Amino acid sequence: MMEAVVVKDLSKVYDKDKTAVDAVSFSVEQGEIFGLIGPDGAGKTSIFRMLTTLLLPDGGSATVDGFDVVKDYKQIRSRVGYMPGKFSLYQDLTVEENLNFFAVIFNTTVQENYHLIKDIYMQLEPFKTRRAGKLSGGMKQKLALCCALIHKPSVLFLDEPTTGVDPVSRKEFWEMLKKLKAQNISIVVSTPYMDEANLCDHIALIQSGKILSVDSPANIVRSYPEDLYAIKAENMRSLLKALHQYNEVLDSYAFGEYAHVAFKDKHPDLSKIRTYLEQQGVNGTDLKKTEVTIEDSFIKLLKN
Amino acid sequence: MNWPAAQNEAIKHLAMKQFSIFIKKEFTHVLRDRKTLLILFGMPVVQILIFGFALTNEVKNARIAILDQANDPASHQLITKIAASKYFETEQAVMNRRQMEDAFKRGSIRLAVIFPANFNNELLHQHNAGIQVIADASDPNNATTLTSYVTAIIQDYLAALNKTGQTPYRISPEIRMLYNPQLKGASNFVPGVMALVLMLVCVMMTAVSIVKEKETGTMEILLVSSFKPLLVIASKAVPYLMLSLVNVASILLLSVFVLDLPVNGNVFLLFAESTLFIITCLTLGIFISVKTSSQQVAMLISLMGMLLPTILFSGFMFPIENMPVALQLISNIIPAKWYYIIVKAIMIKGSGFNAIWKETLILSGITVFLLIVSLKSFKIRLS
Amino acid sequence: MNEPVIKTNKLTKRFGGFIAADEITFTVDQGEIFGFLGANGAGKTTAMRMLCGLSIPSSGQATIAGFDVYKQTEQIKKNIGYMSQKFSLYEDLTILENIRFFGGIYGLSDRQLKTKSEELIDKLGLQNEAKKLVASLPLGWKQKLSFSVAILHEPKIVFLDEPTGGVDPVTRRQFWDLIYNAADNGVTIFVTTHYMDEAEYCNRISIMVDGKIKALDSPANLKASFGVGSMDEVFYELARGAKRSD
Repeated sequence: MMEAVVVKDLSKVYDKDKTAVDAVSFSVEQGEIFGLIGPDGAGKTSIFRMLTTLLLPDGGSATVDGFDVVKDYKQIRSRVGYMPGKFSLYQDLTVEENLNFFAVIFNTTVQENYHLIKDIYMQLEPFKTRRAGKLSGGMKQKLALCCALIHKPSVLFLDEPTTGVDPVSRKEFWEMLKKLKAQNISIVVSTPYMDEANLCDHIALIQSGKILSVDSPANIVRSYPEDLYAIKAENMRSLLKALHQYNEVLDSYAFGEYAHVAFKDKHPDLSKIRTYLEQQGVNGTDLKKTEVTIEDSFIKLLKN
Repeated sequence: MNWPAAQNEAIKHLAMKQFSIFIKKEFTHVLRDRKTLLILFGMPVVQILIFGFALTNEVKNARIAILDQANDPASHQLITKIAASKYFETEQAVMNRRQMEDAFKRGSIRLAVIFPANFNNELLHQHNAGIQVIADASDPNNATTLTSYVTAIIQDYLAALNKTGQTPYRISPEIRMLYNPQLKGASNFVPGVMALVLMLVCVMMTAVSIVKEKETGTMEILLVSSFKPLLVIASKAVPYLMLSLVNVASILLLSVFVLDLPVNGNVFLLFAESTLFIITCLTLGIFISVKTSSQQVAMLISLMGMLLPTILFSGFMFPIENMPVALQLISNIIPAKWYYIIVKAIMIKGSGFNAIWKETLILSGITVFLLIVSLKSFKIRLS
Repeated sequence: MNEPVIKTNKLTKRFGGFIAADEITFTVDQGEIFGFLGANGAGKTTAMRMLCGLSIPSSGQATIAGFDVYKQTEQIKKNIGYMSQKFSLYEDLTILENIRFFGGIYGLSDRQLKTKSEELIDKLGLQNEAKKLVASLPLGWKQKLSFSVAILHEPKIVFLDEPTGGVDPVTRRQFWDLIYNAADNGVTIFVTTHYMDEAEYCNRISIMVDGKIKALDSPANLKASFGVGSMDEVFYELARGAKRSD
């Protein structure tokens, strides 16, 4: 089976010396959700723009659906769906007008692929005569997704669809993506939220234009070299300070209500650590082994 | 490659459908934006009122013709005097009234002085001779200034003559204003306002509306579709072409019914020429939009780079004849200058196409040039 | 116990028939890190604008650092710092120029400006970048710089509107170190965020739903009272019932 997207040593350089994307390679299988996970400025948007043929690469190559992003840009343009980072619909047109417009532009009709967008569009239907600019953030996002889906693209590119969106709306959005995946649409999505990584089949962790790791989320977490411990204390600040000064500690940082700690020793003596913390005046400690998350892996990779 | 005819038909049909929905969308944008709409259609009215106050200007080196039917000592003396004036550039070659009229229509002369057959005799023996001064009053300020210069020269000549004799000599100039006998200022600025309004609507609105798609990111989506990028531009141009024609009509209606200034020439010709100028402006707007990426910059360039030269160099505010040669040369690349000349010729002088074909050709040349340049620089990708 | 630095009583803002903020009542103590959470459109921005003296309430009372939000907005502005989600420094000025400019705006003397800007650059480790344009900094650094500039004039309260959005996890933690340091120095922190792990770093948090404050307590107490294990779940429990979004 042919891969939906193949990227090989792809690079983009701005103003001669600003390397936005640095020899990035990955591939996306057909019908999977592939996540580009990384902070703002990591080069995610540049990668998206090269894959959607909006930017010419300065090095390397990429294919989408087997078509070359430079030579075969016309074929790619007619078969991908793209949702840019900013809300990019016509604010002064109504929901219905936007959808009809993009349907015609993409050489189709709303009826033809209505089954694809039905679930999402039903939520928008009550507002179909409202202008897009007057919609709520979540609704705008749903409309943009409908417009990107209307021509039944084989690959869907979503550039940071959940940035600045509250956790509840984010969950809803990922539910929609799962349904689309079930319809055999390949999805490439970028996000700065590490917790969304687990919802992807494969992910690429990316920082400063370079890929730190590409794999399934489970494999990335599994390849974390040390055992990770979570420690809770009454006073998080003094706990972190004490851990920082302890020379048995490889790395420690705050992680929600816990501090995550990796020790130099493969089998650390936990009672020794508890005693140390007590000596440092850190009270009410709760120490346990914990599951590694993508965020832990990312931090580890960043610090290397 | 050989496309089956049916498929070819289908592709054409699709392109038409995309084109038409795009144009429909553009009209929706324009019609929903009430404030801009008000400016678009309110502007011509306001400008016509504002420019109602015409400006007085000194005129230098105006081309005039002299029709010497007398060909006697007195007429020669006076002609020498007129020719010596810095205000005029005399064209002696004019032979008869017909040729003179043609020269007026072409705009190659601004004023003509006609000496009657026995000018010398009448002056010397009857102490009173007639002389005819005809001015092109389609530019009323120019016309009055020029005729007053001529009468001043005549008075000067008489003063010298009267020093010697007892009975004073008199020359009574008969002044005729061509095209615009009541010296209505409107006849001058209506074509100017038309050039200005079209420039503003077409250049600025097109440039801004295309750049807006870039700014909001919708251009990204349009590019990532099977829609031909050039259609984006073509579909932006159509609504503004139509709006501008509505503006031309409203200005003409205003000038006929409010300012009492009739269209002397062919209205269809006027609209055809206006369409040409509108297309020129649209290509200019497209060119600006291709080169800029923010609405503010597009607007600034349209205003400073297009509107200002139009006001300065079209000749409707400041006579081009008075400018240094360098500026006169620059004025030649300003489309509005040629359109202004064309509109004046059709509206006021009632000239036909044969009088303005040269200007039309120049304007078409500029348009084709701009079109080629902007199509060449249009990008099918971002940056 | 000192008088609270933020004190509101039934603070309300109406836009026509729409009640953006509905009888908000809470207090924040000095040096406290107060997390202000809510779904998009819940009314967070409206509430924050009223507290910053940028928007006059429709009804209710509030005092910020002891000053009234109706009559003493100028004094309020002198006593607060503000940093928004969108980076709020000038991209085309250097780091040093930005620090001097904002310090000048806040009325620092030339001598104070000099020492303060040196201190700040040392603290952030930006000695080599001080004369570079802000535009050339990575986002995380910009946000840290932006925060430091917002507290340059030693305000009593600093308002942070999603300060860490899109920042990498390591820089995000460094940013919170800065917040802790400021809080240790007695600055009150009022912060909004979409990262639920960051909610855990706050002393107390409030969660707004449809213009009303639906929950207000320490993270531990909130989790206990909802009987769930994470702030994510607390938030989800409360916000999924929301009728409106922005």
